Amino acid sequence: MLDWTAILETVAPETLLVAVGLLGTLVGAFLKERFARVAFKLGALALFAAAALAVYYWEGGEAFGGLVTTNPFVNFAKAVSFGVAGVALWIADGFFDRHGTLRFEYPLLMLFAAFGMGLTLSASDLMTLYMGVETLSLSSYVLASFHRDSPRSAEAGLKYFVLGALASGLLLYGASLVYGFTGSTNFEEIAGSEMGIGLLFGMVLMISGLAFKVSAAPMHVWTPDVYEGAPTPVVAFFSAAPKMAMMVVFANVMFTLFGEAVDDWQLIIAIISGASMVIGSFGALLQNNIKRLMGYSSIANMGYALVPVAAGADIGAPSLLLFMTIYVIASLGMFAGILMMRRTGGMVEDISELGGLIRSRPVVTLALTAILLSIAGIPPLAGFWAKLDVIQAGMAAGLLPLVIMLVIASVVSCYYYLRVIKVMWFDEPMEEFQSADPSVALTVVVCGLLMFPGLMVFIGVLGGWTDAAAMGLAN
Amino acid sequence: MELTLNHYLLLSAFLFTVGVVGIFVNRKNIIVILMAIELILLSVNINLVAFSVFSGTITGQIFAMLVLTVAAAEAAVGLAILVVFFRLRGDISVDAIDMMKG
Repeated sequence: MLDWTAILETVAPETLLVAVGLLGTLVGAFLKERFARVAFKLGALALFAAAALAVYYWEGGEAFGGLVTTNPFVNFAKAVSFGVAGVALWIADGFFDRHGTLRFEYPLLMLFAAFGMGLTLSASDLMTLYMGVETLSLSSYVLASFHRDSPRSAEAGLKYFVLGALASGLLLYGASLVYGFTGSTNFEEIAGSEMGIGLLFGMVLMISGLAFKVSAAPMHVWTPDVYEGAPTPVVAFFSAAPKMAMMVVFANVMFTLFGEAVDDWQLIIAIISGASMVIGSFGALLQNNIKRLMGYSSIANMGYALVPVAAGADIGAPSLLLFMTIYVIASLGMFAGILMMRRTGGMVEDISELGGLIRSRPVVTLALTAILLSIAGIPPLAGFWAKLDVIQAGMAAGLLPLVIMLVIASVVSCYYYLRVIKVMWFDEPMEEFQSADPSVALTVVVCGLLMFPGLMVFIGVLGGWTDAAAMGLAN
Repeated sequence: MELTLNHYLLLSAFLFTVGVVGIFVNRKNIIVILMAIELILLSVNINLVAFSVFSGTITGQIFAMLVLTVAAAEAAVGLAILVVFFRLRGDISVDAIDMMKG
């Protein structure tokens, strides 16, 4: 007999997502394109409801004989990633409508991708972990190549697929070694077994697989290409929801699965983190395509987010959640801004096209400026406090060299964020953009406002939540 | 000579390496990359089943079934994307994936 109470307490959001997704597939098969417009909004509502359910069942539980376990730490990540995925879906329909690709498959794939994120986050067994990662990845490959008439979109999907499949293979090979040398696939039982050379090997392979999913160096090569080629609403989703989810999964695997072996993996994570910072911040310097630039920026930011992971569960968990939450909100706002860059000929993506935006769109420009300065880490915006928290976690764990690299990389990355701001404020005005969908403009402004010091209360509340969530991990 | 766990692990490691090298060395055809990916996933299955048999736990064989399912889904998605790519570019050599660089 299935214990429905336990299932609901543990994976209520995923149950909802997969139910809506399957039902939508059925309805879509009958109604075809007539269903498309409704499906976008319904899908977004389902994602918001899933986020609410994750908060409602905050304490979590255990179900399916220990295959899935949730606690406040993962429920926080679920709520944030479903929430931003919902926003990314809500603002997407205008874009696809104008490109003549308003199809009901898009929201459904998004729901299944979100289901994969939730499943991976809830995983307490190697099998669930792998199935969740694959559900997310397979949906993501299709989403990246969703504009099947655009060569760039197809190429982005193909690159993502080949490299993603390789990374999944690494993760899986690592998982098989971990299973072989501990005799179990359950996280708790694995955590209790002794670290040997075989297990170490498996752990390193699993780390490389997960590093790909969060686009950390040296597994980052797909990021700029996919960000540039995939349709912009898809990138808005990629850069926010799966990043949040997979980063917390990464931390969860390191903290619970290999929690006893901190000394063995701390250096590995630190090197991945440092390399991501350097590659991300230097790689972006010469980019002219704003989506590509944000791709490199996300590599650098994943490097920063790995500092609290390297710091370990006790010190790093709250700062990781705080940093990632603020980053994904900023990133979503930025991509909503890129969605607005539209002229008669279609979307434009060159940074120079933003010239003189302040004159035609003062409010949006202010919001985008706040978002960019926040990602760069300029006080007193939200991103600064998040970065400060990360630095404090790094210092508390004695990772001084890594913290120094973080500061240097931040300074270097200021250059390209400021360049975008300079173009928006001081360059010669270009032809005006076409009017944006209200939902897109609203998203930019709200994300921008969330970065502002006037709403510093937000940081305080968020900090309280992340602390409470991290407490759940300790128990 | 009796077959031990190590023989299976060596075979699987060998197949895995062939798969990974196949992705990077091959410059001709993307279909070959799909085959290399399949090889990687199946080499893991050898690992899982061997571990399962030699350790007397059934989990590995259940895991192997799941991996087979995922491998099928992955091949389907990969081929679908490849078909889309071929329609647009009329070429499936690895060197044709070159629109975006830097």
